[in-house]
Amino acid sequence: MQQRDKRFIGVQIGVALAALSIGILLGPLQALDKASIDLYPFLKPLIASYYQGVTLHGVLNALVFTTLFITGFHTFTILKGLQKPLRWFGLAVAGYGMMIAGLILSGYTLFANQASVLYTFYPPLKASPLFYIGLTILVIGSWMIGWSQLATLWRWRKENPGVRTPLIAMGSAVNVLLWQLATLGIAAQMLALVIPWSLKLVPATDVLLNRTLFWFTGHPLVYFWLLPAYVSWYGMLPKQVGGKLFSDSLARLSFWGFLVFSTPVGFHHQFSDPGVPLLWKYVHTLLTFMVVIPSFMTAFTVIASLERAARDRGGKGTFGWIKNLPWKDPSVAGQLLAGFLFFFGGIGGIINASASLNLVIHNTTWVPGHFHLTVATASTLTFMAITFWLIPYLTGKPLYSVKLALWTVWTWFVGMVFFSGGMHWLGLLGAPRRVPLSTATYTANFPEWMLPKIFTAVGGVILFIGGVFYFIVVIGTWLGKKKSEVEIEVPVAESELPPAKTPAWLDNWKLWIVLSLVLVIIGYGPVLVQLISNFAPNAVGGRFW
Amino acid sequence: MEIHRYEKIWIAITISAVILMLAAISLASFGLGLQLPGVAGSVDPAKLAQTPPFDKPGVYQITEGKYQVVMVAFAWGYNPNEVRVPAGSRVTFKITSRDITHGIFIEKTNINLMILPGQISEASVTFKDPGEYLFLCHEYCGVGHQAMAGKIIVEPKP
Ligand code: HEM
Ligand SMILES: [Cu+2]
Ligand SMILES: [Cu+2]
Repeated sequence: MQQRDKRFIGVQIGVALAALSIGILLGPLQALDKASIDLYPFLKPLIASYYQGVTLHGVLNALVFTTLFITGFHTFTILKGLQKPLRWFGLAVAGYGMMIAGLILSGYTLFANQASVLYTFYPPLKASPLFYIGLTILVIGSWMIGWSQLATLWRWRKENPGVRTPLIAMGSAVNVLLWQLATLGIAAQMLALVIPWSLKLVPATDVLLNRTLFWFTGHPLVYFWLLPAYVSWYGMLPKQVGGKLFSDSLARLSFWGFLVFSTPVGFHHQFSDPGVPLLWKYVHTLLTFMVVIPSFMTAFTVIASLERAARDRGGKGTFGWIKNLPWKDPSVAGQLLAGFLFFFGGIGGIINASASLNLVIHNTTWVPGHFHLTVATASTLTFMAITFWLIPYLTGKPLYSVKLALWTVWTWFVGMVFFSGGMHWLGLLGAPRRVPLSTATYTANFPEWMLPKIFTAVGGVILFIGGVFYFIVVIGTWLGKKKSEVEIEVPVAESELPPAKTPAWLDNWKLWIVLSLVLVIIGYGPVLVQLISNFAPNAVGGRFW
Repeated sequence: MEIHRYEKIWIAITISAVILMLAAISLASFGLGLQLPGVAGSVDPAKLAQTPPFDKPGVYQITEGKYQVVMVAFAWGYNPNEVRVPAGSRVTFKITSRDITHGIFIEKTNINLMILPGQISEASVTFKDPGEYLFLCHEYCGVGHQAMAGKIIVEPKP
């Protein structure tokens, strides 16, 4: 890979990890607060309230870290898969510049407590216009990097007619497309509703339309976070464990499945919203369950690939083979643990999506308990595991400490079991999310919250220690003086059947893009027309923090 | 396409599982009269004082054992924030917001609603057992969010 492209990938991932390092500083404060250990008074000049902290935590971790890491990682996987330099490099660099500019604008308002609206920023809570403008610029910048990635793919396909797109490039490009499609909702929300209103060009806004456009983006966003992990689990992990991908066709089919079914499902986040016709809640529920199909397929293919590799290494027994996987490799261990916890995240997801069960847990701590298994583990722990080889590859320096890297992933795993377990449990007992329980007026009414609160706090602190280990490894590697003796190998898995045997319709981009668009139009078209014809901008809102 | 036999079996299992789940959801939605809020009308949050029923928030008896609670949420409280009904009552809540988005979660019940300015949220529940039922705001609404709560007092049948 060209030095220029390596650098470009490195700066994206570097800023992403910087955002994560600040984001997770706030995590243990929130977790301790759940157990009535309120450290916020000591942070006063820096952090004005629990809510400012949670906003920083959510935005830096779930919006900034993820987006920048993923654009960087996909730049890598697309170029590596296609063996090509990045096309339209100038456009990509300009896009990156916009992302950083947007980050600075939004980041400033966050630290200045002018945008403590949480990472979902539902109007009519009204942040400084710079916050929204910054986020919009960040998204547009990410589009530009995406265009340059897709242009690289286009050129390659022109040059290689009839050849199957290499899997890691294919899965990554699908995710880039998913992002371009999904963010149309938030772009419309920002440009048509929020920015004019925050600049006082219009006095008030329509809350329901805002929420609907937000969740148009909000749900596929979670697949945008997951698909890079899938690219690694399908396309890299089999190689890392010394095996092959079990089925190239199923891998491709599931990537397309995610593209098609990820967007027209946002109303499952609005089950409790008034004003959304029940019919559309029902339609989105049905479509949501379709995602189960590519998810189960992924579980099967990935586990089958692992099992074959482990049996080749002498593994025996129904589950005994698991011992024979290379657990001493921190990159492998991290991904296996991430995948294991994701299983529980998936089960929880099915519960969340079931309209009637959702009423029990909506807006309780169950929900953050759930997505710390998905975005904060399945994605984040996998991303950490990826950096254990990617940073050495990009810098040409060996990993600072394999041992500490192993400690990182196990500590994160153990911390997450306690933290997420506690949060799920607390949610089932009715504790609301996004509330500093240490100062909430009703905490004393619920003595039964005590034990899960302790689980949450203990787990949160363990997680944070895992985070500290991680950054020691990252910074140690980055600043290390030693040069690697051998060129670090990028793990790219072969599949058992050559991809040439994969049917052509699984590499027919037009077909799947059109299918996705049609489904989005069916899932959102009529109801958006209805909401827009009922457009009632009557919520003035304001700053309530 | 060459598909491994195990894959075929697995895909069949997956698709059957999805069909089962969809059937269960459909049954829950239509058969069992599942209570998700739907479209219960809209209202201008700036004109609540002039718009019935929100001009007079409170607890109203409709018939024997049936009550309606008309409620307005605001930063940071509910009007009314204390509701008294006799045990065994079927209570319908009609709620909207005067300012920003709030929520309501009533402990030990299935009432879990978003309250949006401009929209009316409606849901019903039967309070069988006497006692106090705390309700609280579960949607972030600014610095007073953690203090936004009220209670329902279910009195023993006379
Ligand atoms: C040291 C590790 C971490 C700890 C201890 C931690 C702890 C917490 C806690 C206690 C909450 C709940 C706040 C509340 O609802 O009152 C929370 C929220 C959240 N966390 Fe984490 N977290 C950690 C890492 C992460 C990571 C790595 C991500 C994502 C990449 C993440 C994303 C989020 C998001 C999106 C929220 C929701 C914020 C909101 O409700 O507005 N967290 N975290
Ligand atoms: Cu979702
Ligand atoms: Cu609130």
